[in-house]
Amino acid sequence: MNNKDLLNLINITVSFEGFLALNKLNLNLKKGELRAVIGPNGAGKTTFLDVITGKVKPTNGEVIFKGKSIVGRKEHKIARLGVGRKFQSPRIFENLTVKENLEISVTTPKSPLNLISKNIKDEQLNEIDRLMKIVNLAQKVDSKAGSLSHGQKQWLEIAMLVGQKPDLMLVDEPVAGLTDEETDLTADLLKSLSGENTVVVIDHDMEFIRRLDSNVSVLNQGTVLCEGTMETIQKDKKVIDVYLGRPED
Amino acid sequence: MSLSKIKFDKKIVLSFWIILIALIIAAPTLLPVFRLNLLGRYLSLSIVALGVDLIWGYTGLLSLGQGIFFALGGYCAAMYLQITSSSEFPNNIPEFFALYGVEKLPFFWEPFRSPVFAFFAIWIIPALVAGLIGFLVFRNRIKGVYFSILTQASLLVFFNFFNGQQKLINGTNGLKTDVTQLFGQMVGSESMQRIFFWITALLVIAAWFFAKWVVKGRFGNILIGIRDDEPRVRFTGYNPVIFKTIVFSIAGGLAGISGALYTVQSGIVSPQFMTVPFSIEMVIWVAVGGRGTLLGAILGAVFINYAKSLVSEALPASWMFIQGGLFILVVTALPEGVLGWIQGDGPRNLLQRFGLKRKIETYPSLEVNNKEGNNE
Repeated sequence: MNNKDLLNLINITVSFEGFLALNKLNLNLKKGELRAVIGPNGAGKTTFLDVITGKVKPTNGEVIFKGKSIVGRKEHKIARLGVGRKFQSPRIFENLTVKENLEISVTTPKSPLNLISKNIKDEQLNEIDRLMKIVNLAQKVDSKAGSLSHGQKQWLEIAMLVGQKPDLMLVDEPVAGLTDEETDLTADLLKSLSGENTVVVIDHDMEFIRRLDSNVSVLNQGTVLCEGTMETIQKDKKVIDVYLGRPED
Repeated sequence: MSLSKIKFDKKIVLSFWIILIALIIAAPTLLPVFRLNLLGRYLSLSIVALGVDLIWGYTGLLSLGQGIFFALGGYCAAMYLQITSSSEFPNNIPEFFALYGVEKLPFFWEPFRSPVFAFFAIWIIPALVAGLIGFLVFRNRIKGVYFSILTQASLLVFFNFFNGQQKLINGTNGLKTDVTQLFGQMVGSESMQRIFFWITALLVIAAWFFAKWVVKGRFGNILIGIRDDEPRVRFTGYNPVIFKTIVFSIAGGLAGISGALYTVQSGIVSPQFMTVPFSIEMVIWVAVGGRGTLLGAILGAVFINYAKSLVSEALPASWMFIQGGLFILVVTALPEGVLGWIQGDGPRNLLQRFGLKRKIETYPSLEVNNKEGNNE
């Protein structure tokens, strides 16, 4: 652990009635890093995100975010500290318009009093305009989010994530169900976000992970099997065994 | 929600309000006293329905216990009226106490001597009780059907408590208000009832604007967000517990006002206000009128209750079947309620089905028809 780290997971164990979803997992993230996390089904990828965002309390271990322990804090408090999350299937507010969705994400402070007594600030409206341009939804501002295509929903959720201005973005399978073109655009978008933000991307799609051109952590059975660049990972024998599959002879 | 897309002419809106206000002013002369009184009572019920729409239609909290807050408001009003009209009774306390040999006024009656206290108690006490119950329930993340069961259980607790406390609040007999005095006039008198009608009509309009203000903008959007995907709201940095507590408390306050107005117009408050079927009926008014429309809640409460009294006069004992049938019809055929159906292009689709109206020629993919797929 050192000062440049944004997040440290130390010996995290999560046990669901005896089943170890995470088993002494250790992982460190530097500020501004883009990190991909891969692993076979059941490796604990989603539980790993649940622990960071406060949805699941680890049975053992410490989560240090910006130098402070966040274990046991409520989800909304962790979110306000600067952890943003994008869910596996797009979770947006379908009965609200695209703009209203983004308003929810960019609004600060997120207190009922502020929401009911004040109008949205101009700078936040500008931010919404900027976000809608980035994700190509400018023409859909007043459409119900539920009427968007699957890809547009994914992008709206990414825009909502960015609008929250989190220091740490956790992105769960952002390209599931997207076309190749959309996948490429998403990869570029995530790459452009890193540097200023710290981004963790979880995905199955190897081509996509390769495009991210980042460090990769491989999870297996609730623990980090291996870390490194895509090339290192692909040569690692353990990884080949559990995940990539042996090249056919 | 699609109504907002229709742009009403300002002149139409203005003339609507002029006609409405004219009707409210003229109603006491147009309607016989008996009907006027009924209309006044049903209008007061529409205020509790507005609260149900806020918590259920917008926030997704199906409360089956709104009768608690409705009755609390009614009791606050009735206690004030009884205590200030008790000067000719023994010990200067309300008449019923003598029946149970109570000579000293229970302590919690004392503050109700003050009209200012009573005025605030009518809505603040129910709002506080709702806020407290709500906070405890929401903090423990109890939701969905468990929330509904819990509110109904609370209702039964309150009902049994009020029902059994003869020496405190006249138990099952309730508190009468029609023979009490307010500002030197008999509450049950015709002139007072006319004033109560006007007050009720004005408060319904005020409550409607208030509810519209609550759901307008980002606060209302968070409520809808909580209804549709609460964890997502949480991960975006909002604390749903606070939002739900606030809106539940608002609904409680509205229920209190509603209960007080209903009490003074029906002449009595009793634990009957806290029976299980009555609280369920409140939900039915909103379901039939249209969830999440506000106006639908008002119309549902007034029309269903008016229909109830008309049907009961013509065919006694048949109302329960009609009400049950109405609810089943709405749930199966018009899940968004009557107003929701009208706003969601229902009438046009119906006319088209019978060939009475030409279909609008657009591609299904065009924005115009976009609503169909996404109205929940």
